[in-house]
Amino acid sequence: MVSLPAPDSRAPLALHRLTGFVLGRIGVMPALLTVGVFVLLPCLWLVWLSVLDRSGALSGENYARLIEQASYRRIFLITFRVSFETVLCCLVLGIPFASYVAKLPPRAFGLVMAAVLFPLWTSLLVRAYAWLVILQRNGLLNTWLQDWGLIDAPLPLAFNEFATVLGMTHIMLPIFLLPTISAMRSVDGNLLKASESMGASGLRTYLSVFLPLSLSGILAGTILVFVMSLGFYVTPAILGGGNVQVISMRIARSLSTYSNFGASSAIGVVLLICVFAVLGLSLLLRRRLSGGKETK
Amino acid sequence: MTRSGLVPRLLRGLPALYAVLLLVFLVAPSFLVVPMSFSGNDFLEFPPSSWSLRWYREFWSSPTWRSAAVTSGLVGLLTVALSLPLGTLAASAMRRMTARWRALAGGVLMLPAVVPSILVAIGLFFVLSSVKMVGSLTGLVLGHTALALPIVFVVMSAGFAEFDDQLERAAESLGATRWRIWIDVILPNLRGSLVAAGLLAFVTSLDEVVVAMFVSGGQNATLPKVMFAALRDKIDPTVAAISSQLLLFAVIAMLAMLLSRRKKS
Repeated sequence: MVSLPAPDSRAPLALHRLTGFVLGRIGVMPALLTVGVFVLLPCLWLVWLSVLDRSGALSGENYARLIEQASYRRIFLITFRVSFETVLCCLVLGIPFASYVAKLPPRAFGLVMAAVLFPLWTSLLVRAYAWLVILQRNGLLNTWLQDWGLIDAPLPLAFNEFATVLGMTHIMLPIFLLPTISAMRSVDGNLLKASESMGASGLRTYLSVFLPLSLSGILAGTILVFVMSLGFYVTPAILGGGNVQVISMRIARSLSTYSNFGASSAIGVVLLICVFAVLGLSLLLRRRLSGGKETK
Repeated sequence: MTRSGLVPRLLRGLPALYAVLLLVFLVAPSFLVVPMSFSGNDFLEFPPSSWSLRWYREFWSSPTWRSAAVTSGLVGLLTVALSLPLGTLAASAMRRMTARWRALAGGVLMLPAVVPSILVAIGLFFVLSSVKMVGSLTGLVLGHTALALPIVFVVMSAGFAEFDDQLERAAESLGATRWRIWIDVILPNLRGSLVAAGLLAFVTSLDEVVVAMFVSGGQNATLPKVMFAALRDKIDPTVAAISSQLLLFAVIAMLAMLLSRRKKS
């Protein structure tokens, strides 16, 4: 506020300063408050409920049960496996695509990005339904394969882990691509030219110059996809058809079927800890990554 | 430009072919619901062996579906009305903060995006039930507002990053009040970002299943909640009719966003 208008009197100036202060600095408070009350508070509430037993007394029995019962361990295992497979699919499908797209001229690039972003506008449910249309017994894929005589009986493509990972990859791929492509697009083309002029092959340049320079974006995309996959509910519930039990589904079931607040909260808290552990690890990794760059 | 000359010409086309195939993988599946919605059969079969408009009739004549559509539209609009000003104000205020505070506040604002929605859903369910607000529209709208905030915040922050602060200072030095500066300088310059953020906030609410499942009930059930139940219990082809209409909305929303971007540049 170097150049304030000449005030007619003291009062408008004070008012002016106040609104400036409110809009300029306090402006972040309403948003923070909303997140605090409707996201943070609910999470803390879960932590509180998770350490109460059925009678309302403090106890660790909800967590003890999580450790004792093998079924819980299996659910965590499946959730992590499905998330890991989704990340792997995104990496394998996404990196070659992003490398190609990053080098496109602006006009084609804009068009491709619009197509990449399009799935983000369509509902998860619409896409789950679409995959059912493709993978079902009488669906698109089975009908085609049978018409071409490649198979005799319909393949069991839907309602299993394969369908779940496919559906989740379809949803997560754009989210992986966004940071990856933006990192790849900001790679300095001169470095690639330098590498080639010094005799490195195209592949060598790609692997030892281009990819390492895009690593921060790839890492961000990977972590984002993994963390979001851990909490997936809709896609496994529909495309897994009850055969793929992930953490979120177990939480929902123990709440709505058994109204077991303590048990569902305890699983929730462990899920939350997993999410933040992964985020924390990625933060450490990124710090090390950028630290390494600085010392070079 | 950086590819080595040794690669045979045929192989050069491969990356482009791969890129096209991946785009088809990303975009095409959703559009399959359109032919499905005109199917005349009771069960899921592709391609359908007969055609009809019965699923659209079913949708528009069913009180459950219709009231769900109305609820969803209303909740979506209210979510935009709340999250857009909150997110914009936050993104603007963030410009004048020190790096440390910016990182902290930004981190908190991104929480709704990383906390699994099932946890927000059941936590919110507990919180709302303690104040007897489960099933109310208010609880749902506030929950959706929190979920939409990270998106609005990110889009508006990107908008402010391109906004020239000098304009604001010029207006200030010419005697404009904060209020006038927002109305006449900041908001018109950020029109493209505002349209994008608003549309994305609306879509976030319109597609949200998990929070709606726990927090909205009875009369206030949203479209995704009813759709999810219809898909999980038996694959009701009415879902294809709704999906096609939602898809049409997505296409329109995206075109609107592209157009507002183009006008700006």
